[in-house]
Amino acid sequence: MKPTNPAQMAGRSTEYADMLLLRFGEFTLKGKNRSRFENTMLRHVKGMVKPYPKARLIKEFGRIYVELNGEPAGELLEALAKVFGISSISPVKAVKPELEEIVEASLRFIEKVDPEPGTTFKVNARRVWKDFPYGSQEMNHLVSAPVLKTFQALSVDVRKPMLELRVEVREHQAYIFCESIPAVGGYPLGTNGKAMLLLSGGIDSPVAAWSSMRRGLEVECVHFFSYPYTSREARQKVIDLARVLSRYSGRIRLHLVPFTEVQTSFAGIGQDNLIVTLMRRAMLRIATQLAEREGALAIVTGDSLGQVASQTLPSMNVIGRATDLPLLRPLVMMDKSEIVEIAQQIGTYDLSILPYEDCCTLFLPKSPTTNPNLKIIEKVESLLPGYGERLAEAVAAAVTMEVTPHGNERPADEADLISSVKEDWF
Amino acid sequence: MIYWDYAAAAPPYDEVARTVEQLMRLHYANPSSLHRAGAEAAALIERAREVCAAALGVIPGEIRFTSGATESNNLAIKGAALQYTNRGRHIITTELEHPSVYESCLQLQSMGWEVTFVRPDEDGVVKPEEVAAAVRRDTVLVSVMHVNNEIGSVQPLAEIGRAVKAVNPRTLFHVDGVQGFGKLPGGPRDFGADLYSLSPHKIRGPRGVGLLYVKEGTQLFPLLSGGSHEGGLRAGTENLPAIVAGAKAVRMAAERRGEFVSRILPLRNRLLAFLRNIPEFSLNSSEEGAPHIVHFSYPGMKGEVMARQLEQLGMLVSTRSACSSKLAEPSRVLLAIGRDEHAALGGIRISFGDEHTPADVAALEQALLGAVKALKIAEGGMR
Repeated sequence: MKPTNPAQMAGRSTEYADMLLLRFGEFTLKGKNRSRFENTMLRHVKGMVKPYPKARLIKEFGRIYVELNGEPAGELLEALAKVFGISSISPVKAVKPELEEIVEASLRFIEKVDPEPGTTFKVNARRVWKDFPYGSQEMNHLVSAPVLKTFQALSVDVRKPMLELRVEVREHQAYIFCESIPAVGGYPLGTNGKAMLLLSGGIDSPVAAWSSMRRGLEVECVHFFSYPYTSREARQKVIDLARVLSRYSGRIRLHLVPFTEVQTSFAGIGQDNLIVTLMRRAMLRIATQLAEREGALAIVTGDSLGQVASQTLPSMNVIGRATDLPLLRPLVMMDKSEIVEIAQQIGTYDLSILPYEDCCTLFLPKSPTTNPNLKIIEKVESLLPGYGERLAEAVAAAVTMEVTPHGNERPADEADLISSVKEDWF
Repeated sequence: MIYWDYAAAAPPYDEVARTVEQLMRLHYANPSSLHRAGAEAAALIERAREVCAAALGVIPGEIRFTSGATESNNLAIKGAALQYTNRGRHIITTELEHPSVYESCLQLQSMGWEVTFVRPDEDGVVKPEEVAAAVRRDTVLVSVMHVNNEIGSVQPLAEIGRAVKAVNPRTLFHVDGVQGFGKLPGGPRDFGADLYSLSPHKIRGPRGVGLLYVKEGTQLFPLLSGGSHEGGLRAGTENLPAIVAGAKAVRMAAERRGEFVSRILPLRNRLLAFLRNIPEFSLNSSEEGAPHIVHFSYPGMKGEVMARQLEQLGMLVSTRSACSSKLAEPSRVLLAIGRDEHAALGGIRISFGDEHTPADVAALEQALLGAVKALKIAEGGMR
């Protein structure tokens, strides 16, 4: 489930390309729903190429072509490789469907790719336009002969070549490409429903969000903050994390839940070692109510088995019972190092490690239980005066904001700060 | 007196000065303070960032505030060089650059970096293919100014940006946009720039504040340490009044650009035509240059003598960029575009602002004639 880094992988053929060919991921196996997936896909691609006004999209069955018209291939490739549902991208050279043009372009294409000595090679030509005078087999020879003659470094291997030059002859244009750069894959965002995700300021939950989105799940984030015990900066950090995530989804909804009252109510019960369990259950209950309100059908967390006290199997059992919704834990079986690697690649890591106290480290007991007892926990909760109301109050006081990749959105409760700003100063 | 030195420092708009005053009085709190007054000051800076980002067509998070364009240029060049030593130790710039770029590169050169200075043609324009030809695998940064501050020549930045990235996509592209912003179209995105410097006091904002656009994902080695201000890139208590008023000037310059050009271009063209008809002068600016700068030489006479003579006739002009005008040496830029030493010593720069009128230009023309006449008589007398 690693995100790819196309900037590193793309050969120099991007300089030569006038189109990008986008191939779709596993959802192409779907039957009747396919056009819904493809249309969602097209919408996301459109959003990504928006900053490049000269680029033009052509949708075909099972693929999308992006005509560059002078826009930078490398940048677009990097942006599009992040679009969920795209499995691979090829930089394509388009020429007139004439043999000499095709051969000439093929030579220059290989020149740009600059294969190392010993590279095995084959041409894979496809004649889509049946009036073209040479058949596919014939074309393989007509193109490969001059290429092999010019590039002595190449030798032929028709079964498993290291370099496969592909030629597609169509009525108006012939396409030449040889690189297939892996993209992020998965499902187009939103095609697998919606979930609420518990977003802390840590490393794991943003990765869980990205992983969920990659499976086509639309994610709304829930963050719990404990002002004045935690700072404005800590909350801003989560908004910034949501902003990084929104690069993959276009926008993201973030529910900021004031958690101080709930959290301090646990502090008075004299059972310090249970606080973490109680707190996590309260978070799930609040997230569940938000999910019901927003029409989300699952809750996602960044839990990873055994990482901390609340992520032992007994803890997950007791905590998970606080909700009836499916609890999705995309990172549950991953090692920390793998999670860190993804966080770095999706761009959340540097933010996540900023040192602000969040509500999970607040009032943290010396020895939180790793093996809570469900009956005891339920008993404690039932004895807390006004517990249900307090949770409902937290839900009601949640501030919802919409975060976009290039915006500078702030939560509504900061609006009074901004009200000191006089617009005529700017 | 008529002021013709807008390219050195433009008089601030009244509303800019008002903003500075009000903010000094009302928002004196340190934006880093934890209390509410601090948070308000911080919110003002964030709003200023949004305003600047909108004017430049970029993301707020990509705007960094500095103390001025000199710092922005230093931070862009040395910050990139020190950050990316692993990519190599080669920098490309041009012979035309402002001293803050030029000398930053010389400093790096003295520290063992290799610097290629691309030469402009005689109109003061560098060719994209020549810049691209200098790009290598170990080229960390290319720095090219938008509009030359002495002669007003305009560089084909979009072409340069594209050509550089085509050779080495990892090479960073810095644009010193100080004299171009508000006068010519195009921002960092249009040029494919990773770094872009601006100075509000050239566009009727306050001094003591500068902008550096840092493309998302670009890392710079901070030159000032001591706090996490400006995303950790520049420590130091923010100059809040100047930042907010600077944002205002940036916004106004972007909004008024079309109007500015349509008013000033005819005035500049008129002055150019006038100067062409005076045989003693040789022009260093061309029609293709920026709309607000006219530079010419009076070969054989030091530019400062001419400038003082014009001042006696009520015209405040400069000899070249203010940052180098007190030097007695011939202009590096004029030598680079192939002028001889005589001409390079005798340069005069006229720079326009949005307040100039045709009557001002007529007065300048009369003063120029008067100055030539007076200098002729003096020269004759001295011989």
